[in-house]
Amino acid sequence: MAVRKPPITTREYWAPGHAACAGCGCATALRLATKAFSEAMEEKYGDPNAFAIAQATGCMEVVSAVFPYTAWKAPWVHVAFENAAAAASGVEAAWKKLGRKGKILAIGGDGGTADIGMQALSGMLERWHNVVYLMYDNEAYMNTGIQRSSSTPYGAWTTTSPPGKYSIGEDKPKKWVALIAAAHQVPYVATASIGNPFDFVKKMKKAAKVDGPAFVQVQCTCPTGWKSPLEKGVEIARLAIETGVWPLFEIENGDIWNIKIQAPGGGAKVKREGGRVVAIEFKKPIEEYLKLQGRFKHLFKQPEAIDVMREQIKAMWRTIGVEVTLPKPEE
Amino acid sequence: MPIRKVMKANEAAAWAAKLAKPKVIAAFPITPSTLVPEKISEFVADGELDAEFIKVESEHSAISACVGASAAGVRTFTATASQGLALMHEILFIAAGMRLPIVIAVGNRSLSAPINIWNDWQDTISERDTGWLQFYAENNQEALDLILIAYKVAENEKVLLPAMVGFDAFILTHTVEPVEIPDQELVDEFLGEYEPKYAYLDPARPITQGTLAFPAHYMEARYTVWEANENARKVIDEAFAEFEKKFGRKYQKIEEYRTEDAEIIFVTMGSLAGTVKEYVDHLREQGIKVGAAKMTVYRPFPIEEVRALAKKAKVLALLEKNVTFSVGGALFQDFSRALINESEKPKIVDFILGLGGRDVTFKDLDEALAIAQKALNGEAVDEVNWIGLRKEIL
Ligand SMILES: Cc1ncc(C[n+]2csc(CCOP(=O)(O)OP(=O)(O)O)c2C)c(N)n1
Ligand code: SF4
Repeated sequence: MAVRKPPITTREYWAPGHAACAGCGCATALRLATKAFSEAMEEKYGDPNAFAIAQATGCMEVVSAVFPYTAWKAPWVHVAFENAAAAASGVEAAWKKLGRKGKILAIGGDGGTADIGMQALSGMLERWHNVVYLMYDNEAYMNTGIQRSSSTPYGAWTTTSPPGKYSIGEDKPKKWVALIAAAHQVPYVATASIGNPFDFVKKMKKAAKVDGPAFVQVQCTCPTGWKSPLEKGVEIARLAIETGVWPLFEIENGDIWNIKIQAPGGGAKVKREGGRVVAIEFKKPIEEYLKLQGRFKHLFKQPEAIDVMREQIKAMWRTIGVEVTLPKPEE
Repeated sequence: MPIRKVMKANEAAAWAAKLAKPKVIAAFPITPSTLVPEKISEFVADGELDAEFIKVESEHSAISACVGASAAGVRTFTATASQGLALMHEILFIAAGMRLPIVIAVGNRSLSAPINIWNDWQDTISERDTGWLQFYAENNQEALDLILIAYKVAENEKVLLPAMVGFDAFILTHTVEPVEIPDQELVDEFLGEYEPKYAYLDPARPITQGTLAFPAHYMEARYTVWEANENARKVIDEAFAEFEKKFGRKYQKIEEYRTEDAEIIFVTMGSLAGTVKEYVDHLREQGIKVGAAKMTVYRPFPIEEVRALAKKAKVLALLEKNVTFSVGGALFQDFSRALINESEKPKIVDFILGLGGRDVTFKDLDEALAIAQKALNGEAVDEVNWIGLRKEIL
């Protein structure tokens, strides 16, 4: 009898027993990312284990490496909060000198990437290290107890962007690190989501296989920080894609003019010109995404704030060359 | 055959790095150390040094890359000074805590504000609690030699700690002196290939490095750094002895000069030791019983050697180019610690001088001597004295 091949390797590098919260979408992202990496290394070098990881301080670090235990079945090093990219640069240089074949995976949260680690990331990309930088974007500093980062979306509650009489919650639009990374004209940049795991795995494999630096920004849910139901992580992430909140794209060789935008699903109508996505008419209102998360609850009392959010999302899409229509919920 | 070349301490440091054959170097320019990465770039460009040179975007990334590379199991090197070292501060603790034998060459420079590029020791002194070993060079030859010795000690299995070697900004970094460049074969014999015993970021034997430790384990981790520092005392002596045998130059944690029958001993570090030795000669001609002592090793603090030194004098006059607020200088605190429980001890008088590159002249030393002599005669003196202070502009 033919045995069906599993869709992804059964090898585990991020082992069970880590201490992430139940329902943590970032833990899922790391597990998938390392599996994808392993497959890529197997295909490229014939050795599924030909990689090492350098990771920034943050939730995913503290839950996986509590002495004397470890959740890691791959060589792994943590140095500090802001320097995963720099530490990875050093590891990569050492591997080169040791004649070791393989690729280095750097991992950082949105804080360790978009804020304090931005400089080290830019340096690593610009110096062309053979490193894939994975930014797991749970849209706030979760490890220190849910403070805003520059990757926190407009309107979100965090402990340092609390809604109040004079505050809507986070009052700045989200910073899109993938576009900043692309400006370095590196071989591969992509956004991904745990709402589309197959796509995420495909992109991680692609990133792992290019020669030179690559950057992947994956949105992953955090039930603790988003105040969302534990079991709805993937559903929420998928809604982010289907409502237009989270764009999925790839940029190769820094060619921002040739950015590859993916159709979002969820009934959205995609208009192409010469194979290129130029407009998307979304069918699901962003409210469907927002309403599943306690961090946006206060916005429903101020619908004009949600309209501001819609305008910001449109502006973000316009930056990547796409005109979008975002519906309002039916009254 | 060793060759002699006239060079600046920065070049001597680059030569030391070349001889030690690090596999990864990551560095960022800062006055007065800029020439170190420049010279290393030349060595790499000419194929004289087979290393990856990561031209990082900051000192923070320089040391982070060194930590990454060292965690991957290779010998690493970097150079910096002042604000650059301060920017590394956070990662210096991490390098020591992770027991990575990285070596840094530091052109000792003052810290801002006000911005000042000249010499004092505040940069390295401010890092004395990171767990790093600290050596101070008196001249360019010592800058080269101590870097080699630093590797030897740092990579010893009983130590496994990072080390910094300081040499004074401009006084040494930019001043040429004849320096003997040892034979590569001898250096290779002295240092050997760096082959870490444990698996370092090896996919065949994956390990986790840089973990989180709960209160149940953190203290023990810190204790092992303490223990490694203690172990380093003996390892340093052994390295000095082996170095002398191989290269003919003698090093001691504390080098004494004309201390026999001295009533006052001036204690200092770095290039100032040269000035002080001359000053001692000058005083001895006048029949004044003084001696000098130079601290070559500052961390681990050579407690036993300080106690032995203290037995020889009635007054220890510490000459320091750094400030530890409320205390005086850092040496004052360290010497007090070494001597506090001794039944007989000399008076210790502290002098802060030469900050931010101010020249230390015989006139300044006369000022210090006068105070030390008062102390010798049993008169009351201030414990901490700022020498050469321009009171008229205060
Ligand atoms: C220099 C420095 N500043 C602050 C911290 C405290 N800190 C540790 S993790 C963290 C937030 C991490 O946020 P993020 O990178 O988004 O990862 P997450 O915890 O969300 O997974 C902060 C502020 C630190 N470790 N180092
Ligand atoms: S706080 Fe959020 S990101 Fe952190 S472990 Fe919990 S669910 Fe995951």
